Amino acid sequence: MMMSIQKKSTHGSDNFSGLAKSILMDMYKYMVKSRVLEERLIKIYRAGESFFWIGGPGEEAWGVPLGMLAKKGQGPKYDYLHLHYRCSPTLVAMGLDMLSSVRLMMNRSTDRSTGGRNFSNHFCIPEWNIAPVTSPLEVQYPIACGTAHVQKRTKGSQAITIVTGGDAGTAEGDFASSLILASRKNQELPMLITVQNNKWGISTHYEGQHGETFIADRAKAFNIKSQVINANDPVESYIAIQESMDYIRKTGKPAFIEAMVSRLYGHSSASGANPIADEIDPVKEFERRLIKADLLSLSDAKNIWEEYEREGIKAAEQARTEPVPQAESIWDHTYADNENADWRKF
Amino acid sequence: MANMAQAIRMALHYAETNYELKDIFGQDVGAPLGGVFTATQGLKTTWNSTLDERGIIGMAMGIAMAGDRCVAEIQFADYIFNTIDLLKIAGNTLWCTNGQYNLPMTVMTPVGAGIRGSVYHSHSFDAWASRLAGWKVVMPSNPLDAYGLLLSCIKDPNPCLFLKPKALMRVRGEELIPGEPTDEKELKNMIDAPIGDRSKWKAKWPEVSEYLVPFGKGKITRAGDQITVVSYGRHLLLCNEVADQLKTEGYSVEVVDLRSIYPYDWSLIKTSVEKTGRVIFVNEDTEVTNFGEHLAYRVVQELFYHLLARPQVIAGKNVPGIGLHPHLEDASVPQKHDIEKAIREVCAEVP
Repeated sequence: MMMSIQKKSTHGSDNFSGLAKSILMDMYKYMVKSRVLEERLIKIYRAGESFFWIGGPGEEAWGVPLGMLAKKGQGPKYDYLHLHYRCSPTLVAMGLDMLSSVRLMMNRSTDRSTGGRNFSNHFCIPEWNIAPVTSPLEVQYPIACGTAHVQKRTKGSQAITIVTGGDAGTAEGDFASSLILASRKNQELPMLITVQNNKWGISTHYEGQHGETFIADRAKAFNIKSQVINANDPVESYIAIQESMDYIRKTGKPAFIEAMVSRLYGHSSASGANPIADEIDPVKEFERRLIKADLLSLSDAKNIWEEYEREGIKAAEQARTEPVPQAESIWDHTYADNENADWRKF
Repeated sequence: MANMAQAIRMALHYAETNYELKDIFGQDVGAPLGGVFTATQGLKTTWNSTLDERGIIGMAMGIAMAGDRCVAEIQFADYIFNTIDLLKIAGNTLWCTNGQYNLPMTVMTPVGAGIRGSVYHSHSFDAWASRLAGWKVVMPSNPLDAYGLLLSCIKDPNPCLFLKPKALMRVRGEELIPGEPTDEKELKNMIDAPIGDRSKWKAKWPEVSEYLVPFGKGKITRAGDQITVVSYGRHLLLCNEVADQLKTEGYSVEVVDLRSIYPYDWSLIKTSVEKTGRVIFVNEDTEVTNFGEHLAYRVVQELFYHLLARPQVIAGKNVPGIGLHPHLEDASVPQKHDIEKAIREVCAEVP
C-alpha cells in the first residue's frame, strides 16, 4: 500500500514533518494493534497454550511505517520482504489479522504461515511476498539479494527487496555478503537493507561486540546510501523509509537504514518476556504526542486499545477451537506436489 | 563422443533455450574462463559471482523464491561446507512453509578424489548430501547420464544437488547425447572455447534434444548373478572394470549404477540382491555414517533371509583429509584392488 507524503500540515507546535493526519492515525492504530497483539501472544505463552514466544514489542515505530510503505503483492513486480521474527508491526500494517498470528503462536494446522510447524512470528505469506522467516539469523540477507536480482531484470516494475534483521546478527558473514552483492559496480541491486538496532543480542550488549561507531558505517564502505535514524519515532521512520524507497526505485541501487529501536520485553519467553522499564515505549510516546497535538483524545485512545484487546481475546478463543497438525502429516511438503520422500516407500 | 564437461555444457545450453533457465553462476563460471572444468563455457546466462559460497547459495535461494530457475556452482565440494545451514534451509523451506514456497534451484559441484587434489580438492559430499532432507541428489558416472540428470534437476520444482565426479570431467562415454555430432573433433570445434583470446568466440551449439534420466532410477551396467555391487560416480567405472576382470575368472558380478542418491532405486537393488544373495556398496565418501551404510542397513532389514553373506560397505577411510602424495590418496579412498578383494571375500563367504 504505497502512500506519499501529502501536503505539509501542522498540528499545533508539532508538525509531524508534514505527514497528513490520516497517515498519523493509521500509524498509531497499527502500532497499538501490534502491541496488543504481541502482549496477547505473551499471555497465551504464560497460560501454557504455546511453547515459545519471540516477537517485536518496541519496534512498532519502525515496523509499521515500513509495512505501510511497502508495495504489497505477489511476484517480482511487488516488493519482497525478508523479515525476521520481530516484524509483526510490519505485517499488521500490511493487513495481518490477529487470528493469523495467534494461530501461528498456538501451532494450529490452520496457521497460514507454517501449518503449526514453526515458532511465533515466523511468518510466510507468499501473496504479499513475505519470504519465510527463519530462526537462523542473517541468512535472509543473501537470500534477499536473489529476489532483488530477479526484480532488477523485471521489466515495467520499480519493485524492491527489503531485508530486516537485528544488530547482533550483523556479526554473521551473511550480512557482509549482502552488502557486497548489493553494491557491485554496475550490478547494484534494488534493495533496502536495514538493521534494527536494539543494542542487544539475547543477553549480550552491543557495546562489548562492536568496534564500529554505527553499523550503518559499514554500508558506507560499499558506497551504499546509508543513514541512522531514531526509529522510536514513527514519523522519522516514515520519512526515512519513504526517501530511501524512492531513491532505490528511481536508481535501482541499494540503500541502508540503521534503525535504533527499543526491546520492551527482552529477547523472548526464554528470558522471561517481562516489561523492561528503562526502554522508550514508542507506542506510548507517539500516543502522548498525538494527544498533545490534539489529534487524538484520551477517550479515543482508550477505545482503540480496547477494540484491539477484544480482537486479541476473540482470536485466541477462535484458535483454541481449531485443529492441530497430525502425526501422519510429517512427510507432507518435503517435496513439491507431495512426492514421496519416505525412503521406506521407495 | 562428448566428455562429461561438454555434456554438462550442452545440458545447460538446452535448459537456457528450453526451460527458461536464467542464471548459471558461481566463481569463474562466466566468461572468460567458463568454469574451472570448462563446463560452463559459451553459455548465454552465465555470470561470475563473488568469492563467497554463502552468497552464491543464498542468492540461488532468492532467485528460486522469486520463481526463476537457476544453476549455482560451488567450485569444489570442499568449499560447500560453510553453506551447510543454507542448504538445510533450502531443503526445509517448502516443508516449513507448509507447501507454500518451493525452491526450483540446482546446485552443482565437483566431488571426489582421483586428480591428486590434496586435502581441499578431494572431498566427497554424497553422504552429507543424503542427510539434506528436501533435496534431490544425483551423481552421474558418464556423460549421457550427466546430461539427463542435470536436465532433470533443472526441470524439477525442488532443490537439486548435482554432484560432478571431477575425475570424470574429461572422460568420454559410450553413448551419444541425442543430437550430438558423432565426430568428437567437430563437437570440440563447435563448443570448446579456444585457447587465448576468447572475446569474439561464440559457441555453435548442436541441435541437442531433451533427454531425461528420472530421479530414483538406477541402471544395471554389468549383468551377473553371483554378487551385486552398488555404486555411483567415479567408482562405478572402477566397479565395472573389476567386474570385467573377474569375469575372466568365472565370477558373475552384477553392477548397479545408482545414479540418483536421493531418492534412490530400492526396487533395482532389491531385485538384484534377491537374485544374488550377496552385495557390496562402493563409494569414496568417508566410511562412518556413509550413505552405503544406510543401504546396507536396509538390505539387512528387508532382505535378511535372502542373504548368503554379510553385506559390505567399501568407502573412504575416516580420516580428516586426503593427502597429496599418491600413497596417501590411494590408501584413503577405495581402489580397484579393494573392490576386488571385497568381491572375492563376499563371494567366498558361506552361510
